[in-house]
Amino acid sequence: MPSITKPLIPLSPLPKNDLGLTIRDYEGQMSTLCAGCGHDSVTAAIVHAFWELSTPPHMIAKLSGIGCSSKTPTYFVRGAHGFNSAHGRMVPIATGAIAANRELTYIGISGDGDSLSIGLGHLMHGIRRNVKMVYIIENNGVYGLTKGQMSASADIGSRPKKGEANALAPIDPVTTALSLGATFIARSFSGDKEQLVPIVKAAIAHNGFALIDVISPCVTFNDHEGSTKSYKFMRDHEVKEVQTDFVPIRAEIRAKIPADDAIKVTMHDGSVVQFRSVPEGYDPHDRMKVEEYIRDRQSRGEIVTGLLYVDESAKELHELNATPTSALAKIPYASLCPGAATLASMQEDFR
Amino acid sequence: MEPTNDQDPSYYHKVVDCQWACPAHTNVPGYIRMIAQGQFDDAYMLNRESNVFPGILGRTCDRPCEPACRRDRVDGQPVAICRLKRVASDLKGDISDRLPAIPTEKNGKRIACIGSGPSSLTVANDLLPLGYEVVMFEQFAKPGGLMRTNIPEFRLPDKVLEDETQVILDMGVEVRYNTPVTSLRALLAEGFDSIFVGVGAPRGKELDIPGRHDEVESHIYIGIDWLESVAFGHVDSIGSRVLIIGVGNTAMDCCRSSRRLGGTDIKVMARRPREYFKASTWELDDAEEEGVEIIVNHAPKRFVIDDGKLVGMEFDVLEWDPGAKQSTVLNTVIIPCDDVILAIGQENAFPWIERDLGMEFGDWDMPVVDEVTMQSTLSGVFFGGDAAWGPKNIIWAVAHGHGAAISIHNLCSDVDLNDRPPQGMNLVSQKMGMSEWSYHNDYNPSPRQKMSHVELTKRFESLDLEVELGFSLEQTVHEVQRCLNCDVETAFNAPACIECDACIDICPVHCLTITSNGDEADLRSRLSAPAPNLDQDLYVSAPLPQTGRVMVKDENVCVHCGLCAERCPTAAWDMELFDLQIPYAASANFIRIGAMSPSGANRGS
Repeated sequence: MPSITKPLIPLSPLPKNDLGLTIRDYEGQMSTLCAGCGHDSVTAAIVHAFWELSTPPHMIAKLSGIGCSSKTPTYFVRGAHGFNSAHGRMVPIATGAIAANRELTYIGISGDGDSLSIGLGHLMHGIRRNVKMVYIIENNGVYGLTKGQMSASADIGSRPKKGEANALAPIDPVTTALSLGATFIARSFSGDKEQLVPIVKAAIAHNGFALIDVISPCVTFNDHEGSTKSYKFMRDHEVKEVQTDFVPIRAEIRAKIPADDAIKVTMHDGSVVQFRSVPEGYDPHDRMKVEEYIRDRQSRGEIVTGLLYVDESAKELHELNATPTSALAKIPYASLCPGAATLASMQEDFR
Repeated sequence: MEPTNDQDPSYYHKVVDCQWACPAHTNVPGYIRMIAQGQFDDAYMLNRESNVFPGILGRTCDRPCEPACRRDRVDGQPVAICRLKRVASDLKGDISDRLPAIPTEKNGKRIACIGSGPSSLTVANDLLPLGYEVVMFEQFAKPGGLMRTNIPEFRLPDKVLEDETQVILDMGVEVRYNTPVTSLRALLAEGFDSIFVGVGAPRGKELDIPGRHDEVESHIYIGIDWLESVAFGHVDSIGSRVLIIGVGNTAMDCCRSSRRLGGTDIKVMARRPREYFKASTWELDDAEEEGVEIIVNHAPKRFVIDDGKLVGMEFDVLEWDPGAKQSTVLNTVIIPCDDVILAIGQENAFPWIERDLGMEFGDWDMPVVDEVTMQSTLSGVFFGGDAAWGPKNIIWAVAHGHGAAISIHNLCSDVDLNDRPPQGMNLVSQKMGMSEWSYHNDYNPSPRQKMSHVELTKRFESLDLEVELGFSLEQTVHEVQRCLNCDVETAFNAPACIECDACIDICPVHCLTITSNGDEADLRSRLSAPAPNLDQDLYVSAPLPQTGRVMVKDENVCVHCGLCAERCPTAAWDMELFDLQIPYAASANFIRIGAMSPSGANRGS
């Protein structure tokens, strides 16, 4: 880890957001990850996104499981709430927290081990319930914390630093989420903040479970020749045909974006996601076409990135359960738990 | 932009703002680190190598380094470089065994230095170790030139001046005291191999307004002459009401000296508003602290003489337009006084140089002097210090002396004067291990330490009581940590970069960007943080291997914390100590000796 804490420089000219906070107010502790870890760049993108959206730090809850990725909530928005759960169990913890207090903005950080091996079942149910949260998978194809074994997202033929090439088929979080009915699906690359920051902002605005699969190279165990999750491999194989801009509420829509043929999605909070360019015939609302496009590119050895699928019309957890609009945590206890007599009368209805 | 050539010593030299701004290019961060480690002798010797008079300059330097200091752009207060120099000088031990050895066998070349001020002494300092014989002509009975005659002892104690001049004289200078040079022709006839003119700018400007010459007994003085008389004890008192005309550093020395010689009501009269004063801000502060009143927008009109006696001075009271170019007279005022000191500038005077010797004189009757070689148009006659281009300061005089010494050595070695030894540099990695550097890389938020002064009640007891007490050890400890180590450079190796963004994310001042290349104005507009300071360079790398983009660094407010290098997975960034190799006459000699091998084969044509 670094020898010193990132110093605060008095005259460094830092702009302020609507809350009067600088980007430094959205940072966390110093990262203890390896130098050059893609996860630190994802952290920086999250810091940018929250700062630019002027989200009050105390209205953010950050959650994680176990793994290198799951350390990263410590490194952003030091003023936020946080919960570092057991391995793979971030989704149930988040679901409980969201059920209790729907007023916070929830962001979960996970990795390919935490999400696609031990926690895959929970991830699927999080998608199924459409829990309103941002779910970022920092995907590097290896178990870095246990010294670099191939993970469930490793491609066939991908070589670890030492040992045999991987022979098992990968679990692709994007196509998996598409098939499970996820309502917001994106893939990005830690080395490309220009793409990643607007996607994170759109995910924060999304009314439901927003999955972002971020290819985030492991510089220590998976950034070599033969890896399919290295900086070099991504730069050689990434296809960025789906390009989006995020237009927050109140911001003027810039005239240079062609208005007629652009696909626009108005998010639940009034902000707008605009697709600046998409491949011909591509429709980010058409689940089948999106999957077909991704699989077609995959078969050619290409990795599609961008905000790939959005469905802003689906109901999220609270809407599905018709809960009150204010947070359950704020409802007086007497109303929230009206007592044994009320419970007994409710149960009468089911007899 | 083209990739930055960081193999050119001037690129990193410019990043070390203080060293770049210093006329003698003193290695400031280098000696500050030595002070931090208690190596006062080393710090003193590193200073002495380039500026020759660390003790004197630690008290009197004009400090061009401090306005340039990066710390000023980071927290609004430059490092107290000058004060730290004094710390090194005050706390040093015996350094006599570290001075250059003087050969007993001389090289047969004899050099005359006219004047024994800082530029002449520097010439002697550089040439004596090479076997030259130096004869110094001094008009007074003591050495030091304007350092002795014009800087009062309460700012520069006699002992400090004595020590540092004597060190050079002890190298074997033959000083002819009380020997003003009255004829260059006669001196040329003495057959010196070279003559260096370091006579300063000895003539104070006159103020010819009505009443100037109407007194019976003069109470109107020329500032530098008056200071000289004070320095040699010829003057030991002054009237209680004193007017100082002019507001440069000489005026400050005059008013503060007056305060110690009996003046109680002292006014410094300035024509223009305060922001146009020539005096250093700290000297103005010190004068005002001592009760000197500074009055702006008053232009001298006449001396009021009553019955052959000075009784006051009449001034036009001015109002200036914005920018202080045009003024209008509002009214006039008479300010009573006992004495007036004129400190409105000084100029050069060369009545002793015969104009038929072939030396060309240009504007304002100043000799034409080459800016690189310091030579006049008369071969073998060199100028330096204030004598060359008018009043500057001690540190410039030292720089001139070094330059002239190289020229004299070239001349005496039969080498073209313009064939000068080049600047060089060393760049050495400071990495000691994982996240471990050989220098203290953390940013220290300490504020600039304030110099403590002798109490006002005691300060005026004697003229030679030094006012500034110097930094305490505690102050020193804080101040050294304020230095940002600008000489530990962020050296970038483009082929190793994998564009992971780690350095960009960690940089506390957002000075790094990876982007597509463009021209400078375009690049400056597309960086992580605005780069509006055009005085500070952009570093631009070669194209990066994976995307062909470039790494751009805005040098402006980099605090050299090394976090970019610590977070770099491929060591594309490294922190490397930049050590400027400054050529002196002695280093020229080193090259020459190689060139003049016994066979003489390398000399060529």
